[in-house]
Amino acid sequence: MTNRQEILTAQPRAARAGELLGHVEQFLFLEARLQDTHAYDEWEALWTDDAIYWVPANGATDPETRMSIIYDNRSRIRVRINQLKTGRHHTQTPRSELARIVSNVELLNRVGDEIDVRANVFIFEDSLRGETMWAARNEYRLRMQGDDFKMVRKKVSLVNSHKPIFTLSFLV
Amino acid sequence: MTAAIAPSSLIDYRALIEPTRVNSRLYHDPKIFEQELERIWYRSWVYVGHVSEVPNRNDYVTKSIGPTPVLLVHDRTGQISLLLNKCPHRGNQLCAYREGNRSTFTCPYHSWTFSNTGELAGYAYADGYEGSDKSKFALGRVPRIGIYRGFVFGSFATEGPSIEEYLGGAKASIDQLLANSPEGELELTAGFLQHRTKANWKFMLENETDGYHPAFVHSSVFQVTDSGIGKLYGPQSTALTRDFGNGHTEFDLRPEWRRLDKPLAWFGTTEERLPDYAKAMQASYGPERARQIMIDGSPHVMIFPNLFIAEIQLFVLQPIAVDETIQHVTALQFKGTPDFNRRLRQQTMGSVGPAGLLLADDTEMYERNHRGALINDPEWLTLSRGIHRERRDENDYLVGHSTDEVPQRGIWRHYAQLMAV
Repeated sequence: MTNRQEILTAQPRAARAGELLGHVEQFLFLEARLQDTHAYDEWEALWTDDAIYWVPANGATDPETRMSIIYDNRSRIRVRINQLKTGRHHTQTPRSELARIVSNVELLNRVGDEIDVRANVFIFEDSLRGETMWAARNEYRLRMQGDDFKMVRKKVSLVNSHKPIFTLSFLV
Repeated sequence: MTAAIAPSSLIDYRALIEPTRVNSRLYHDPKIFEQELERIWYRSWVYVGHVSEVPNRNDYVTKSIGPTPVLLVHDRTGQISLLLNKCPHRGNQLCAYREGNRSTFTCPYHSWTFSNTGELAGYAYADGYEGSDKSKFALGRVPRIGIYRGFVFGSFATEGPSIEEYLGGAKASIDQLLANSPEGELELTAGFLQHRTKANWKFMLENETDGYHPAFVHSSVFQVTDSGIGKLYGPQSTALTRDFGNGHTEFDLRPEWRRLDKPLAWFGTTEERLPDYAKAMQASYGPERARQIMIDGSPHVMIFPNLFIAEIQLFVLQPIAVDETIQHVTALQFKGTPDFNRRLRQQTMGSVGPAGLLLADDTEMYERNHRGALINDPEWLTLSRGIHRERRDENDYLVGHSTDEVPQRGIWRHYAQLMAV
């Protein structure tokens, strides 16, 4: 949870941790590139075994009692990836053409070997249906493993999650 | 109105709908869509919402009948009503929120205030309306409301068949659904996903009880999960397609579940894995009846024109334009079964909505269907599958093999009756 105090203190802390911020950004750019290029196995390998991948609907309502667009644990992430790899997941056959911008990266919190990060993401998708633009405020929990990171948790809050949205079958 | 009888809008539906084929134009002609609004959506019974979405007095939730928003209100007197979201003064959208709890609605434009029963409670600066009759300025409302076991339907026609007459054989499917709750009640509390679809609504209506497509459209899911669902849709399946009449259709899986004879196999689980649920069911229905309910499972029924109960989910189809439809979908939640409800939500979230492993592919087909329909040659689409082997069941409903197009032929027969006036 983010309170006001955290918001006010995040920037000085991030500035002090400029090197860490650089590493985190490189990780987020890598993740974005793997998603844009449909590098499914490589993207799946970014997750920890206790991962949660969450795309809320209708604002951030409780995923344990209310419907979410995606609320995957690690095994469902694998099913999702495996379906994409069959070549018969029609909505991604042919695949969407994608380019996304990851920006406004902020380090929020560091507890032990875990860092909470926030970023804004803008995605341009071209598919058979046409061109679609997606905007999201993302929150990540990253676990440091040596010089590298894994994703423990990723929450993608689409800015229009309370409205009807088109099929979202690429990796968001 | 002269526009309604202008020659350009005279469409001969009998010439576009034959017993085993339909003309592509029915899916993409904007004039036909306009007439569907008039003759189906703003005349027939249409599903609006469920009483469990407005459990408390003064609760309201924004729903729709076709493109028109409708407020489903549990009003201050305890009645369920359907109000139109338009201030009768200058037409302003009255309520801008999706749901809430309030006994009055105040228009933000000139502050006219309405009771949630629809009556005008007061004007701002009332001296300007001296001598006028407040009762003339009530909110518009859906004139007829029909509730069957918590399912709320509305009709803009002031006269017509009762909701029970309209549902006909589909009532038994709703009864079958509710039997899965130990308390015989449904609670739609999980909220809806809204899946925007660039296709005509009838592609969804037809596909909901199409048993021919899953083996192909969903083969990727059957391959990567160990669900035995794939087999239920193959040539060997004993499941039935059924036409209840009035456009209501069903994909009846009970023959398969009864052959398996295992409680909760329909949900891919066992009584041991859902012990609290199984115990509650036995306590409510007795061991024998509970066992039968848990073998038969939940129905797969499409209630014309917009309510689709897909075993564990409830879909509401909302046409927005001739080429745009919103699929609203939520997990069914049965009263008194928290352990079961959690699994229902988890499975629903995995399979439906914009990122659902099943519905993303169905929706891809709908959108490709629509693009195909725009091509003029061949102009007729075929719905002849299984015509040689359809038969009447013990209740005199038409049934066919699980992969046959009995439901689609039934839908178009009803559609032709409504449209060819």
